[in-house]
This record gives sequence, C-alpha cells and structure tokens, in this order.
Amino acid sequence: MAVYKKTYRPYEGKLTPGWSRFLVIPRYAFTEFHGKRFLSLFFFASFIYPLICALIIYVQHNASALNLLGVQGQGARGLISINVTFFMNLLGWQSVLALFLASFVGPGQVSPDLANNALTLYLARPFSRVEYVLGKMSVLAILMSLMTWIPGLLCFALQGYLEGWQWMKDNARLASGMFFGAWLWILMLALLALALSAWVKWKPAAGGLMFGVFFVGSAFGAVINAVQRTTWGNIFNIGHLVGVVWVQLFEGSNRTTNGAVFFRATAGEELPLWTCWMALAALSLICLYMLARKIRGAEVVR
Amino acid sequence: MDPVIELDGLEVRFGKRVILKKLKAALTGRSVGLLGPNGAGKSTLINTLLGFHKPSAGTARILGRDIRTHAREVRSLIGYMPENDAYISSMTGVHMVRLMAELAGLPPEHALERAHEAFFYVGLGEVRYRAIGTYSLGMKQAAKLAQAIAHGPKLLFLDEPTNGLDPPARARMIQLIQEIRDRGDLHLLLSSHLLHDVEECCDQVLILKDGNVAAFCNLEEERRANRRFLELETRGENNGDFLAAVEKLGCETAPGAQGRLKLIMPDGVEVRRLYEIAAGQNVQIRRLNHKRDSLEDIFLKAMENPDGRL
Repeated sequence: MAVYKKTYRPYEGKLTPGWSRFLVIPRYAFTEFHGKRFLSLFFFASFIYPLICALIIYVQHNASALNLLGVQGQGARGLISINVTFFMNLLGWQSVLALFLASFVGPGQVSPDLANNALTLYLARPFSRVEYVLGKMSVLAILMSLMTWIPGLLCFALQGYLEGWQWMKDNARLASGMFFGAWLWILMLALLALALSAWVKWKPAAGGLMFGVFFVGSAFGAVINAVQRTTWGNIFNIGHLVGVVWVQLFEGSNRTTNGAVFFRATAGEELPLWTCWMALAALSLICLYMLARKIRGAEVVR
Repeated sequence: MDPVIELDGLEVRFGKRVILKKLKAALTGRSVGLLGPNGAGKSTLINTLLGFHKPSAGTARILGRDIRTHAREVRSLIGYMPENDAYISSMTGVHMVRLMAELAGLPPEHALERAHEAFFYVGLGEVRYRAIGTYSLGMKQAAKLAQAIAHGPKLLFLDEPTNGLDPPARARMIQLIQEIRDRGDLHLLLSSHLLHDVEECCDQVLILKDGNVAAFCNLEEERRANRRFLELETRGENNGDFLAAVEKLGCETAPGAQGRLKLIMPDGVEVRRLYEIAAGQNVQIRRLNHKRDSLEDIFLKAMENPDGRL
C-alpha cells in the first residue's frame, strides 16, 4: 500500500519465528557500530596482533623466509616457540583489547533504553527480559569472539596445518583452552558491561567503571595482601582469577606457566582453582542480579 | 459477545500493599475507557495485562488468552502506547518504529513498510528521518502511537494519549483514535484522566477507585436511556392541565417550582407531541433539555462510595 493513503490497516502477513527475535538487537547495534569511525578503526586495529602471530607461525615454517632472516636449523625453532605461552599470550592481548571494546560499546547498550523508558516498548512485545539481555549480550559476544577465540583458533589451525596432524592431536587442549577461556572472559565482560550500563546512565562513567572493576579491584587486592600478609586479596583481582582458570583450561594439571600476559597469577600466590571459579561465578551472579533489578517493563514502587 | 478483556478476581500486590483488589469485569466494547483518580490502579491494571506485574490471585483473559499462561501470545495481540516518554533518543522515528515492529515479529521488509505507513498515518511523515530526541512533545506522542499500531495489533492500550498536548494536537490525537476505532479492526482500551477524551472515544467505561471496580457502564446504553429523560420549563395559566395531559400520554412527571417539570417519556412518544399538547393548553415551552447523565455524573457518583466498591 502506498504511504500517501495514510490509513490504518491490520497486519496479516507472516511472522518471524519467536526464537530468532533476539537477533534483531545485534543487527541494529551493528548498523550503529558501523557508523562510528573510531570504534570501527579500533576493531580492525585489534586484528594486528593475531596477524603478527599468524606471520610468525608462517615464517617459522618457511625456510626461505628464515634464510632471509639469517636463521637456520634448530635456531628457527628457538626464535619464538609456538607453544602454550604463545597461544595464551595471544589470548591475553586480545582479551585486553576486548576489555577496551566492551568499555566503549557496552555502556551504550542498555542505558539509552532506560533513559527514556524505551525498555517498556521492548517488553510490551512478545519479547522477554531474558531475550532482551541475550540480544544485548550477543552484540558484545559476537564482537569479542571475532577479537579473541576466532583469530586464536585460526592461528591454531594454521600452526596445525603447517606442523601436521600429529601436532594438532597432541595440542588439542590449546584449542579447547582458547575457546573456553575466551568465552569465560567474554561472558564476564558482557555481563559486567550490561550491568554497569543498566545502573550508570552516563556512558563515560560506565566505561570508566569497567576499568575500575579490573584495575582498582587488583590494587585493592594487593593492598589486602600486603596489610594482612595473605594471598586471599587476589580474590578481588579478576586478572588473577581468570589467569588461574586459563592455566587449568590450557594445561590441565601439567602446569608449565602461571598465566598469560595481563592475566598472570604471581608464582606461589595462586588461589585454589575452585576459589577462582567461585569468585567468578559470584561476580556473574551479582551482575545478573543488577540486570534483573533494572530490566523490567514497569518500575514497582513498594 | 466474547469479552475482549475479562478480569477474573484479579488481585495484584506490591509487597504488603494490595493495588488491585480481586477485580471482576467482562469488557466487551470495541473501545473501553479506563477511568479513576490517581492511585486507583489504572496503570497497574494495564501493566498487569501486559505481563509486567504478576497477579497475586485471580487472572485475566485477553481475547480468550490467559495472561498467566499465555503472556507471550497475549503481548503479540497488543499494541501499547505508554503514558510516559518512551523512545530511543538517538534513533530516527522510522528506525525505532521498524525495530519495534520487528521485535513484534514482522519480517524486516514488512516492518520497514509499515513503519513508514504508521508515520504517515499519525501525521509525522515529513519528520520520520529525524532523531526522536529532537521531536516536540506532540510529535513524541504521535510517534508512540505509531509504534503501537505498526505491527497491526488486535487490541490497543492507550495510556493517557493526550497528555501534555495543546488543543489542536489533542483534537488530532482524538480524531486518530476515533478513526482507528471506527475502522473496526481492533479494540481499544483508553486510560485517561480526561473524562471528555473517554466520552469522545469510548463506548464502555470501567471506573476504578482504590483498586476496586467503582463503576462499569455502557456509555451507549446510558446515552440511549437518557434520551427519554426531559427537563421542561413552561409558562402559562394552564400548567396544571398541561401536566395532566402529559401524564395521560403515559409520561412519569415530577413538577418543580416556577413551571419547571422533569419527565420520563414512554417509548413510542415523540417530543413533538409535548409541543402539540402545550399549544392546545395555551402553555409555552420556554426550555426543553434532554436530561443526560454525563460521564462526569457517572464518575462522580462512582467516587461517592467510600471504598469504591459497587
């Protein structure tokens, strides 16, 4: 019908399946993301480190390139080892960039919907609070996946392709560690970003708080450690908690490292693994509680 | 006729406070007005029907679907225009309405088409590519109506749709609501403080007071019944004879001072007959009013009852 007719008519066409509706949110968010030059540049710049890693893997397996660098024989292997530290550091660097991205993108997720009560319009449709949170989380999860585990697994696949099937089989734990370790970080960041976005309406403040939780938390933990002569202050250090879990995911019980760059547990000060899992679970539950308090169709004044 | 909204002992509590007290009503009208003073529970009722609040007892059914067990299906039938501002300020009007239509289940291309149509329909066609944050209050109200109708709901909840509008914008909003009502494709539930708005747009009224149903009436029937009530003012020597002749017609009469007379006309008797009798008795009818219980009268009567219960 032509718009100039200016009349109301009911809709009798087909409807999209209910399960797919939360995907509407990331689609609109990416259109908005695409229009922001700084974020787009930052996002593309975040692939530099994985590209360097891929280049290193390639050069390690290319005799002519090594000859050009003047490295031959066993020296080539010693140039940079493609091992658990290599992949953990790749994940560590990319995860810090993901933290920056979450700080830039996260605060703009929920607060604009709360600022002028648009949330009521979302939830007045056949669209639940869970779907809303899922939709908003998927915006961050997709972007951060592209920055973390996807390039990580591509590097792993390249190394496996060049090194051989046996290497892949022997080091399958690196791939699973990369995948699950990245997802742990992505979920933590996404939940924290949404929770802060729901409670702090001023975007720069919400972005700043993201860093605050990580850096002030670790400083606070260090102070507790120093004053109380304990290691339990590390429970406030998210980098420490994630580092301990990553070591377990990447290496199991045969530990050779104490974490990745930015996510390292100081040797001898590691908290028990179960404590780290519990602390991360507690932080997630707090974020979910904060979201549940704010993501409502109507405010209840008791 | 199957009720559009059926309240079946609906009770809502916030903590220890009972906001809606076991409401019972079957709303069958094409357009139903929801009236009540501040704090009567109008918005709570709408929010409960939308599934935002969980009933503590009883339930409600919308077009036959139980709000407790079919909340999602119920919301797919509803278009909601909230009372307060509700928009994403950085989005253009058409972009936001399209988003909302897609969330209601329309495929992207249909959602876009209907978002454009809805904007033209509410008179915002020329500003549909402007960020909603830059709209005037009247434009924001119209944009809220556009998002409420874009997905083609079966039932439209309008919560104070004329809030803050200047007289021309208010008239335009009322006209739009009447047009939507008269097309007959959907039902309306209009919550308002303004009795005049409800009177112009609705054929049934549910009046709430302190969480109870204080009155529930069919305005159309009231209007029809009231047509038989007349108030006369007469002048002449033979007022007594005129009264007797009118009673002979079958009218119930209640004479007042200074030639004033209230009467109820029986069915089948036209007002013309009164003039004929008056002329025959040499009595002048100086004033003749159809006595009509306005919505205001109904509302005030409903408010007289201290606990608001019928």
